[in-house]
Amino acid sequence: MLDVVARCRREDFTLDVAFQAPTPGVIALFGRSGAGKTTLINMLAGLLPLDQGRIALDDVTLSDRAHGIETPPEQRGVGYVFQDARLFPHLNVTGNLTYGLRRTKRSVSSTYEQVVALLGLESLVDRRPHQLSGGERQRVALGRALLAQPRMLLLDEPLASLDQARREELLPYLERLRDQARIPIVYVSHQFEEIVRLATYVVVLDGGRVAVAGDLPSVALSPALRAIAGPEAVGAILRGQVAAVDSTTGLAHIQIGAQRLAIENENLAAGDWVRLQLLARDLVLSTVEPQGLSVRGVLRGKIVALQADGGRAVLVTIQVEDRQLLARITTGAAAALALQSGCGVWVLVKAVSLRGHVFTETGPDATG
Amino acid sequence: MLSPDEWEALRLSLGIALRSVAVGLPLAILVAVLLVRGRFFGRLLLDALVHLPLVLPPVVVGYLLLVLFGVQGPIGGWLESTFGVRLAFTRAGAALATGVMAFPLMVRAIRLSLESIDRGLEEAARTLGAGRFDRFVTITLPLMAPGILAGGVTAFAAGLGEFGAVITFAANVPGETRTLPLALYTAIQSPDGDALAARLAALSFMLGLAGLIMAEWLGRSLQRRLGR
Repeated sequence: MLDVVARCRREDFTLDVAFQAPTPGVIALFGRSGAGKTTLINMLAGLLPLDQGRIALDDVTLSDRAHGIETPPEQRGVGYVFQDARLFPHLNVTGNLTYGLRRTKRSVSSTYEQVVALLGLESLVDRRPHQLSGGERQRVALGRALLAQPRMLLLDEPLASLDQARREELLPYLERLRDQARIPIVYVSHQFEEIVRLATYVVVLDGGRVAVAGDLPSVALSPALRAIAGPEAVGAILRGQVAAVDSTTGLAHIQIGAQRLAIENENLAAGDWVRLQLLARDLVLSTVEPQGLSVRGVLRGKIVALQADGGRAVLVTIQVEDRQLLARITTGAAAALALQSGCGVWVLVKAVSLRGHVFTETGPDATG
Repeated sequence: MLSPDEWEALRLSLGIALRSVAVGLPLAILVAVLLVRGRFFGRLLLDALVHLPLVLPPVVVGYLLLVLFGVQGPIGGWLESTFGVRLAFTRAGAALATGVMAFPLMVRAIRLSLESIDRGLEEAARTLGAGRFDRFVTITLPLMAPGILAGGVTAFAAGLGEFGAVITFAANVPGETRTLPLALYTAIQSPDGDALAARLAALSFMLGLAGLIMAEWLGRSLQRRLGR
């Protein structure tokens, strides 16, 4: 568990946060720029002292003002991947990768060969930093941090300085890292799509305070997140296992409690875990059992809440099995269907609307 | 090609300039680090003191050295009585005078390169487990290398031609402190020295030119290695 109570005051900014995040896993720090994300991550790294509070990771206390503990960064064993990579320009890739490895006092659990293979760095080892693309630089920075054998890894907007193509190139490596690293990863971002894809736990920061914190699926439903991520990002996140794949229709069936949801199959196999982002604007509600429709994804549920969302829309919360979904429909449609709390509804999910919203997920057995 | 006297002047010039840089460079690195990174009382004064040889007439620097390091001077007297080392009117003294005159050149070049280093790189090294001294040796110093090199070569080239401070502090002793410019000066003073003076002047000109070109070239190739 990462246990943080931190307070720090600067001239024009006060950070005052507290949260307890389960480990291992990806703990995302999400918020607009200026929300205090980088300040917080610098405190975790020990680069910025706390005014008050404590930071503990599992059974190790990293900072504790009350007891005068402030482990300096060089003794913390916390890996840091900076937004701008910060590779050492006078060393080649190998020299950069092994810089921390040569200095670590912890037992070596990630070897040079393993990390080079994990991040696909084989062809880059003799190059110098200025001969690398932005994405390659971030991969090397990631490898360098991992090889220092950290007890925790901090990633400060590692994709922010990259264009869309380079991001797509780096994201699969980050997913692999999440699934294979046995250490907690703190991931800072102001892009909610990255968090949907990578995070297990989310801390939403706003004005130096925690607006909401919790598991990704629960934070995704919270109104506090909506205010920051914007209306387009609103939607439930479901984890599920692929129950079956149908090669003739090209569909994969995801088990959601006792029901199944059909989605377009993108290299999925039965037994895989997936993470689905069902955007509120993409869901269609029906009060009668749908028939003669092209939509294959239908879930049966019950309305638990209706909430005005701006002037002309209503945000409907639907209980489906043990999860909740969010659907945004027009005020007119809600009135015409006489939707109210307790109504049974069918939720229609158009399979193509999920394109780009289906992600690989670590299974429950892998995290334990 | 060169007469024995000319060879000796050249050899002396090279040796004295080399010594002044070898001793001055580590000190210049230390002073540059203090000036850029240090936060202490008297930083401005140190800065001014270091740069003083650039604005003072060299003869004043030579005179001050004589006062301090002469046989009767407080430091010179102590050196002689304790270690038996005499600086005034010796080769070592010429190297000292040359080093003091060239010192601001070294400090300025090193300082510029130190100021251009991204502190974030040292922060990164810190998170990778490098302590203060380790970071300085493995990150800061290599990144300062272009400035150290440029400062060293420029100071060496300038040191070959140091005249005023050397002649004041170390005098014009043949075979001991008569470097190229001093030999040139002596040749000009003597009635039949015109040809010798011209040859020595040409030699000084070529040495200076070669030194400056080398400084530029080395600096560029180092910068290229750092990918700038």
